[in-house]
Formats: sequence, C-alpha cells, structure tokens
Amino acid sequence: MPRPSTFTTPRDLIRDASLVWLASGIVGVSFGAIAVAGGLPVWVPVVMSLVVYAGSAQFSAVGVLLAGGGPIAAAATGLLLNTRTAAFSLAIADTLGPGRLTRLLGAHLVTDETVAFALAQADPVRRRRAFWVSGIGLFAVWNLGVLAGALAGGALGDTATYGLDAAFPAVLVALILPTLRADPRIRRCALLGAALALAVTPTVPAGVPVLLALAGLVLHGRKEASA
Amino acid sequence: MNATVAMILALAVGTYLFRLAGPALHGRVELPARVQELLSAGAIVLLAALLATGALTESGGFAGWARPLGVLVGGGLAWRRAPFVVVVLGAAGTAAVLRAVGVA
Repeated sequence: MPRPSTFTTPRDLIRDASLVWLASGIVGVSFGAIAVAGGLPVWVPVVMSLVVYAGSAQFSAVGVLLAGGGPIAAAATGLLLNTRTAAFSLAIADTLGPGRLTRLLGAHLVTDETVAFALAQADPVRRRRAFWVSGIGLFAVWNLGVLAGALAGGALGDTATYGLDAAFPAVLVALILPTLRADPRIRRCALLGAALALAVTPTVPAGVPVLLALAGLVLHGRKEASA
Repeated sequence: MNATVAMILALAVGTYLFRLAGPALHGRVELPARVQELLSAGAIVLLAALLATGALTESGGFAGWARPLGVLVGGGLAWRRAPFVVVVLGAAGTAAVLRAVGVA
C-alpha cells in the first residue's frame, strides 16, 4: 500500500476527519469565548463564523477589533489572510462536483483542512467525497463550537495547554507528506516556499508569507509528472 | 455597531469571492494541463508554508519550543507511516506535556 497513513474507505475518512472536527470544535469554542470576553456581543462571533467561516481570518479580525484597530483594518487583515483560498479554490475547482448550486455551496467550504483532505486522495471520486464529508462536518462543529464558546465564556482556558496549536500543523504534515514523498518536484517547490515564508514572516503583514511561498513554484520543471 | 456589521459583511463577501474563483471559472475557461498541474502543486506549496509558519511562528515571532517540537514528533510519526490519529495526537500530546513540565 503506497499511502497507509491516509484513509481508503469512508470509515477511515470519517475516523480521520473526526479528529480534525474535534480539534476545530475546541478552537471554535475558544474563538467564541475570546470574542465575548473581549467585550463583543454574542452575535458577532456567531454570525461571523457562519458567513466568513475562516478560522485564522476570524481570529485576526477580532484581534484587530479588540486591540482598537478599527473595522477597516480588521476586514483588511482578514481578507489578506484569506487570499490563499482563491488559489485553493482554483486547485480543487473540479472536485466540488457538477451543478451550479453544488459549486456555490462547496465554495464556502474551501478551507485549509478540506483542501488538504481532498488533495490527499488521488482518485477523483474519493477526492470529492473527502472534500464534502470533511467540509460539512467542519462547518457544523466550527459553528456549534463558536456558539458554545460565546455562550459559555472562558470556561475552557488556554487551549495551548492541550497542545492544540501543535495539532493543526501536524494535520497538514499528515495530509501532505505522502505527496511530498512521492513527487520530488513538488517537494523542492514546497521546501523553497516554506523557507521563503518563514524568512519574511517577521517583516510582512500576516497572510503575505504563505502567498510569497508560491514563488517556490519556480522550481517546478516542465517535465510531466510520472502520475 | 453598524461599523462592525459592515466589517463582517466585507470580510464575508470578499472571502466568498476568493473561494468562488475556482468554481466560477471552472467549465468556462479551459485551463491547460500545465496550469492545472501548477495549481495543484501551488496548493501543496501553500499548505507546506502554512505548516511551517504555523509550527514555528506566532504573531510574527518565534512560537516557543513546545509547539515546533510537538509538530516535529508528529512529522516523525507521519514519516514512519503512523496512522493519522497517532500523528495528530502525538503532536498535541508532546506540546501539552512539554508545556506541563515548563517548556514554553
């Protein structure tokens, strides 16, 4: 088996995705709690999570608001962080499925995690299933988590205590490592891109480093992949 | 509060338009195979950069040792082809234990 660490049956998919759901739910709870503890009314984190639905952008926008940065700076910061979703949506456009409504709904579910889950699959049918299953579950738990956190306040404490901040990079490692291992061209691009992103992180606004990482694609030669 | 509503709406609409880029173009513009290949590679490059910056940095500075060491343990487990659950819990557990014993 070439990819024993990724799911091959629907049951495996749900088992792996449920871990991401659980972790995202807890982060959602902390988002709701932080926003309300900072003085925002309950509806702000709740509505924001439903219509914006992008964890890092929501944290940043609320962070800017609570720091007194003003709504324009808050929206700009969040939008800058979310520009990467345009690249993601282009990459998995044919994964969402047929039909206009399916694509309009699916677009809202494009996140780092769902794209990683989808791209971990080589087969188009499995890819579509991975996207929708992980995406619908993630949308549900994220919003329920935010609602619970906004209502309950700071009962959970600092989620770093549970190491949740290390869980998300690890999810990405687990999902992209099989591709990085199998494709030396993508591996070269990813290493250069990650190095560039790290190098500029201290000096540029949040959201810019990962966009600059795309410059790593210069190492992607023209030769066709063996796949 | 109207300014907050406007902020949420601007962020929501803008984010949705970013997300719609792919589905909106799909089927109308026939992307060359080479472009499609680069887009797939680009998505992995973005995820790798998110992983690197997410593991090592926080608000533009170093995230402390517990998180990257946790992610490193997760990466080692993934390299050994450990199951997904083991990779993620290994990373979170390592970071949690390191913090519990006083490693920031």
